[in-house]
Amino acid sequence: MLIKKLYAKCLTGMAAVLLSVSAQAAVNIQQWKTANGAEVYFVENHDLPIIDLSVNFAAGSARDVAEKSGLAGMTRYLMTLGAAGMSDEEISRRMADVGAIMGGELDADRAAFKLRTLSQAREREQALDIFAKVLQQPDFPQATLEREKARAIAGLQEAATQPESIASKAFMKALYGKHPYALDDGGEPETIAALKRDDLQAFYQQHYGAKGAVIAMIGDMTREEANQIAERLTAKLPAVDAQPALPTVAYPERAVDERIQHPASQSHILIGYPGVKRGDADYFPLYVGNYILGGGGFVSRLTEEVREKRGLVYSVYSYFMPMAELGPFQIGLQTKREQSAEAMKVVEQTLDKFMQGGVSEAELIAAKQNITGGFPLRLDSNSKILDYLAVIGFYKLPLTYLEDFNKNINSVTTAQIKDAFSRRIDTHKLVTVVVGGN
Amino acid sequence: MLLGLVPSVTLPGVAAAETQEFKLNNGLRLIVQEDHRSPVVVSQVWYRAGSIDEVNGKTGVAHLLEHMMFKGTKNVKPGQFSRLVAAAGGRENAFTSRDYTAYYQQLEKSKLPLSFKLESDRMANLQLTKEEFSKEIKVVMEERRWRTEDKPQSTVAEQYQSVVFQAHPYARPVVGWMNDLENMTVEDAREWYNNWYAPNNATVVVVGDVKAQEVYKLAQQYFGPLKPRKLPVRKPQLEPAQKGERRLIVKAPAKLPYVLMGFHVPALRDPVNDWEPYALEILAGVLDGNASARLTQNLVRSQQIAVDVGAGYDLTQRGATSLFELDGSPSEGKTAADIEAALLQQIEDIKQSGVTEDELNRVKAQVIAADVYQRDSMFNQAMQIGQLETIGFSWRFLKDYPEKLKQVTPQQVQEVARKYLTRDNLTVATLDPQPIDPNAKPKGRPSDH
Repeated sequence: MLIKKLYAKCLTGMAAVLLSVSAQAAVNIQQWKTANGAEVYFVENHDLPIIDLSVNFAAGSARDVAEKSGLAGMTRYLMTLGAAGMSDEEISRRMADVGAIMGGELDADRAAFKLRTLSQAREREQALDIFAKVLQQPDFPQATLEREKARAIAGLQEAATQPESIASKAFMKALYGKHPYALDDGGEPETIAALKRDDLQAFYQQHYGAKGAVIAMIGDMTREEANQIAERLTAKLPAVDAQPALPTVAYPERAVDERIQHPASQSHILIGYPGVKRGDADYFPLYVGNYILGGGGFVSRLTEEVREKRGLVYSVYSYFMPMAELGPFQIGLQTKREQSAEAMKVVEQTLDKFMQGGVSEAELIAAKQNITGGFPLRLDSNSKILDYLAVIGFYKLPLTYLEDFNKNINSVTTAQIKDAFSRRIDTHKLVTVVVGGN
Repeated sequence: MLLGLVPSVTLPGVAAAETQEFKLNNGLRLIVQEDHRSPVVVSQVWYRAGSIDEVNGKTGVAHLLEHMMFKGTKNVKPGQFSRLVAAAGGRENAFTSRDYTAYYQQLEKSKLPLSFKLESDRMANLQLTKEEFSKEIKVVMEERRWRTEDKPQSTVAEQYQSVVFQAHPYARPVVGWMNDLENMTVEDAREWYNNWYAPNNATVVVVGDVKAQEVYKLAQQYFGPLKPRKLPVRKPQLEPAQKGERRLIVKAPAKLPYVLMGFHVPALRDPVNDWEPYALEILAGVLDGNASARLTQNLVRSQQIAVDVGAGYDLTQRGATSLFELDGSPSEGKTAADIEAALLQQIEDIKQSGVTEDELNRVKAQVIAADVYQRDSMFNQAMQIGQLETIGFSWRFLKDYPEKLKQVTPQQVQEVARKYLTRDNLTVATLDPQPIDPNAKPKGRPSDH
């Protein structure tokens, strides 16, 4: 309670710090399947009397169709608001009674349900009982659906006035065109308004099978307890086959430059291109290269050129978001509208120089030092390990992913970086979105 | 189905983390919490200097100086600080609040000496140049635009804060007024640094896979030689009692109206004998402390007046005063006035009818569970220690805090609501949403880049 409020009072002085990773901290992952085919990834750890679970389905917004955009997200959320006859009030009250926290998230690929509970029998049993019902016996109450649709629409309408949201929505649309990655995971006001209870039930029946589901678990339980929990969370899931692969992403045929007017004092600028898949052979060269370009916080080229040398921005970054299909490569910044052209020019020059000249040996060494030297920081809490387990399982990365991480980073060469970027990013066909500005 | 009884969560047997406290001869304090779960360490340096210590015309200087702390010393060239930390595999950042400024590194455990070396260096040897300042002040102005000026609810919060407080320095924004930033000079930054950056105004917090005695030796080696400084006198600047309701309206481009309101209430002064702050903390929990708490249950789920609501109270403040705050956005067809009335009615209900034992037990269950959960994060543990120590309490309070909250009774919760949450003690800020330019239509124009 104390800590949550703390952050609200603080201003961070620097741009978001890059997720960095660590080295020799070994994580012993146990892996098996439940009776009906869900994949389990488990780490036993009794240091704290806590259990963390995350249950993941291929039921993200990329499974939506344009006419029903937002259905995946609404389905995931409504599952937590009524199950086995329990109302949303009852679910939240019974979770609160035992201090358990149910959460979750939805992105284009994945619908995730998370639970953190104390590991003592009484708290654990009550929390798991509710969690199992949410996953397997959702009711989708009509009145709750209507209420949540109204709230979602209010949120979308508000977002449609805010430059950051406008920019990211327009960017994904311009980048992905007809591919479902273009769909906003929150949907559109019209499509949300049209959603029916039947739609949610059908989406659930079709996308929430045990086959293809991934259960990540860490904490104060034995392997046998973990197995029982995994069975309990999945035994009654719909009998449906694993989801088909998503369509492949088409690269842009030409550059797109979209300007959207807005009265904000800053321009919000996004520049990008379809990037990389999870497990992609080019992933490590692109990841290390991007650290040098714009991923490495204060020591990246973009930060150096745009912020440190010229004071044009508070934050400028680039990243690859690896997904089931080609996730975005994105450069982002905000700057006083009067100087947006100047800032964009510096970004363009920095990117061109990077693409043409590649990176130096010294830069590569520094990048490797940071990424490999910081590896232990990636695994220094149960909640961080839980997220890795979910990603490794969901994207079928090797069980040795963490073990091999530093080796993969260290094997990257300057030539591989230049080669991977030149093959994967066509700077003549970039998608650019600017909200606000002259 | 739910059983009739709602037993509160009992605290499981967790081995208490080993925490030790040291003081160097120059006044620097060091607190080390050993946590051997992972081979990492978090190192934080906290200065008792925040926007509360600023004066009119120089607002934002605490935060600006935080930025300048990365701009080089006699020994480390501009930009090198971050490169040295990065090369060691570290993550780093800093933050400024009303009450403090803090700097941190997260590192593999063997790299702790680097943190101490760099932090002790910039505690005493910062080089403030006009050239670096002139670039960084622009960065800070961009930060202000991004953080406050283009975010309607942040703008409301900033304006509200300067109405709630009139004499108290909490009236001023941490990031600083734009006009003050425009007129700030490198001399202002230097004055701030010379005033407050000294070992006797700092607390170093280390949490991780370390040995406390070894960290102490390391601190003596790096921070020990620094000279203490006479600190400026801090005036109390207490807020005079409010004499009646205050209201303000903020217009900004948005769709949803928004209401933010607050009552002046006490902050914790005496952790042992005070009881009102704990009762206020529980009151905030009853209203908004868990997924089943009153505000969401009553206003979002049942009455459907609001799309979002919240309540909050900060127990610990250097400024010796605090606020009890409520906020919310109305649902379609409802107005800001409806939300305001509904939120105040929730307070009225508690004044009239009190709270139930069940509700209290539920809030206390969150407190106990949260106390266990936060041990999963070394960074959060260090944050809690650093914040408490810098505000003026001992880290030992963290151990007593759950017990203090458990002792709060329903009567005490009702009593603080009646005593402090009154109309004459209230400030209400309302966001009046303005359309973004109605002529502004997205126009896509594909072209070669």
